[in-house]
Amino acid sequence: MDAFDTPRMDRRSAIKWIMAAGAGAALLSRGRLLGAAAQARTAKGYGTDPDVMKASKPGDYWPLTLTPAERRAAAALCDIVLPAEGAVPGALGVGVPDFLDEWVSAPYPEQASDRTLVSGGLAWVDAESRRRFGSAYADASAEQRATLAAAMSPEAADGSEMAAPSAFFRRFRDLTAIGYYTTPDGMKDLGYVGNVPLATFDGPPADVVERLGLTDEVKW
Amino acid sequence: MAFVTPESISDKYDVIVVGSGAAGGQSAYTLSMEGARVLMLEAGRKYDPRSETPMFQTPDMAPLRGAGTPDKPFGFYDATIDGGWSVPGEPYTNASSEKGRQFKWWRARMLGGRTNHWGRISLRNGPYDFKPRSRDGLGFDWPISYEDVAPYYDKVEMLIGVYGTNEGLENTPSSPEGVLLPPPRARIGELLARQRGRGLGIPVVPAHRAVLTRPLDHKRLPARLHPGNAKAQRILAEDMQGRAQCFWATPCGRGCSIRANYQSSTVHIPPALATGNLDIVSSAMAREITVGPSGRANGVTWIDKATGREHHASARAVVLAASACETARILLNSRPAGFPDGLGNSGGLVGKYIMDTVGASWGGYIPALEGLPPHNEDGAGGDHCYTPWWLYKEQLAGKLGFARGYHVEYTTGRQMPGAWGDYAKDDNGRTLYGPKLRGEARRYYGSYVVFTGRGEMIPNADSFCEIDPDVKDKWGIPVLRFHWKFSENETRQVAHMQRTFADWLAAMGSVRKDQPNPDGTAAIEPGGSIIHEVGGTIMGSSAANSVTNSWSQCWDVPNVVVADGGVFASNADKNPTLTIMALAWRASEHLLGELGRGNI
Repeated sequence: MDAFDTPRMDRRSAIKWIMAAGAGAALLSRGRLLGAAAQARTAKGYGTDPDVMKASKPGDYWPLTLTPAERRAAAALCDIVLPAEGAVPGALGVGVPDFLDEWVSAPYPEQASDRTLVSGGLAWVDAESRRRFGSAYADASAEQRATLAAAMSPEAADGSEMAAPSAFFRRFRDLTAIGYYTTPDGMKDLGYVGNVPLATFDGPPADVVERLGLTDEVKW
Repeated sequence: MAFVTPESISDKYDVIVVGSGAAGGQSAYTLSMEGARVLMLEAGRKYDPRSETPMFQTPDMAPLRGAGTPDKPFGFYDATIDGGWSVPGEPYTNASSEKGRQFKWWRARMLGGRTNHWGRISLRNGPYDFKPRSRDGLGFDWPISYEDVAPYYDKVEMLIGVYGTNEGLENTPSSPEGVLLPPPRARIGELLARQRGRGLGIPVVPAHRAVLTRPLDHKRLPARLHPGNAKAQRILAEDMQGRAQCFWATPCGRGCSIRANYQSSTVHIPPALATGNLDIVSSAMAREITVGPSGRANGVTWIDKATGREHHASARAVVLAASACETARILLNSRPAGFPDGLGNSGGLVGKYIMDTVGASWGGYIPALEGLPPHNEDGAGGDHCYTPWWLYKEQLAGKLGFARGYHVEYTTGRQMPGAWGDYAKDDNGRTLYGPKLRGEARRYYGSYVVFTGRGEMIPNADSFCEIDPDVKDKWGIPVLRFHWKFSENETRQVAHMQRTFADWLAAMGSVRKDQPNPDGTAAIEPGGSIIHEVGGTIMGSSAANSVTNSWSQCWDVPNVVVADGGVFASNADKNPTLTIMALAWRASEHLLGELGRGNI
């Protein structure tokens, strides 16, 4: 029953990447993919009784393991997923790349599984960028970066050439959104206005109740 | 008296209480407030929610944005420490590897146990729930009725503070006037569920939860709870003034540093300690009950987790409150002369008939709730409303195809964003990103509604625990091996839950297209998932059909009392914690009488 079994998925999905990616990228990423999974297995988690009162930052509990090239690609891609909007910071402005690195470097099964997907995906993104545009993804033009993201956006059928990049992009988007919307800036943008002590709880505002035609329901 | 070490314990205890959660906390409270000298053994560490609760921390201050991990299954800020479905060094086994035949066993090794993180839902069993076999021929009747327990429900509700209303619904008892606290106002999604449920005949009423929506009445309640006991009244009055009312922020699952909700560590333990009658040893892993020449229990042997050394304390009685399965384990591992199969197990029933709650859910986006103006829906840090089981008549008429009911809890609204969030729907088969994602996330935030069913499981002969002959934990104590099986009553109930929830969501305007699987075996949460473990030392009318009598005493050894959910002869849809506390109070009161009369 003891936890921390690394999912059996790892090797299989690594091989899936090797099929999806170009041959060069595959050779580059293969050893590192399996190596990263092994490293995550040996790191320690925060344990069953961590100091929950202490604020931490990525890297405090386990080492961050994305390579510089992966970090650059991840940063460029998360800026596409959630760019700044006027004065509202985007994913880069709230430190999402650090969160992504912490996540995929974590010694837990779910995160170890994401590590395979994310490292494979970032390798594919760089390789595909080089093939199409002659430069790493982070060095491609804004237009080129957008083009490649758009190519990963459609759902792709299992077994198709784009199946793995599409699955990667979806998960990368989800992780970026989690990293973003769990920060004070992200919460504010979403319209979360709680986490403040109140003297009374008055229920939904009258205009909201009225808009939904629930005025009679308020009277218990 | 206070927190003590194995070396500083006394030799003059009346009662040893094993465990410090709902059952242990309540037992220690009742016993020590009424003058008994009590030693509490807790397998985990000392824990003080007043200084250890991360109240306003946001996910970005936590590793992995607070996501659940094997170390902290309900997330970094969940109050549980040293606990979960797997505890390092403390394994358990399952006899079968067949799908659906396993039990997942949650432990919380900390002062206060599971009460630190529970949902605070506090429902009374109704009259039917104590006599289920008389109604439908299945399972077992309890040897007690609702009327026997009602006075203790009153006491527990007054002590811990429970909000809710009396609605007069079938098998959903009312509390006496002046006992319940006012419920919080409903959130917008709960109001919509209420309006649209009406057309389907589904009631929505205020939930009952152990959260102070106003301060407890410290002038009136202590005298009602401890008549004629001036010391207890004074201690309780003082303690009640140390509990603040809810300030409508932070989820209850983190615990509560202002003591606005119930957890044993903030409500039961402090006044019990203030009596001077309670000693607590932490990191004390109880192994067995010892028995004297008279055939009565005379103490408990435990392992100090810090040193691995064995210790023993003596007392006139033992209260087991270690959680249903841990209590069965202690009894089965206690094999003094005359009890070759375990203490209390002469009928072979210790460990038998363990139950969990039947669980399943179904959710969807509700367009009417999209894009609402931002407003604060933190509320009481949990459910404001719920749906008691409402189809008693249809069930009695044989129209449902399964026995026993479920209640419904809802997740709605604009809760603090977390690592489990689903921040945007996709766009016609494309992963949404960029400025469009930002806009859509804003629009969808707060519009997702999940209905969660919590239903009754009928005890069966295929669901039990026993000692694994081959495996020991790191303290050398033999571990439990589980056997598990749901019957068709449970899987059909789950199918009914999901069908009902899908119809209800559709009535609220959900556009979710996929339909629930009509085969409930696919959707039922695995045994142990809901963490409502009860049974294993069930109470009954005779030693032939049960382990404990109607006062929760072991038939074989009357100075061993089971105060936890082990004594449950059925597991009504109502969450068990309130009933555990009511029965623990009742059993402790009886034990005090027996000690006073010299019968024990």
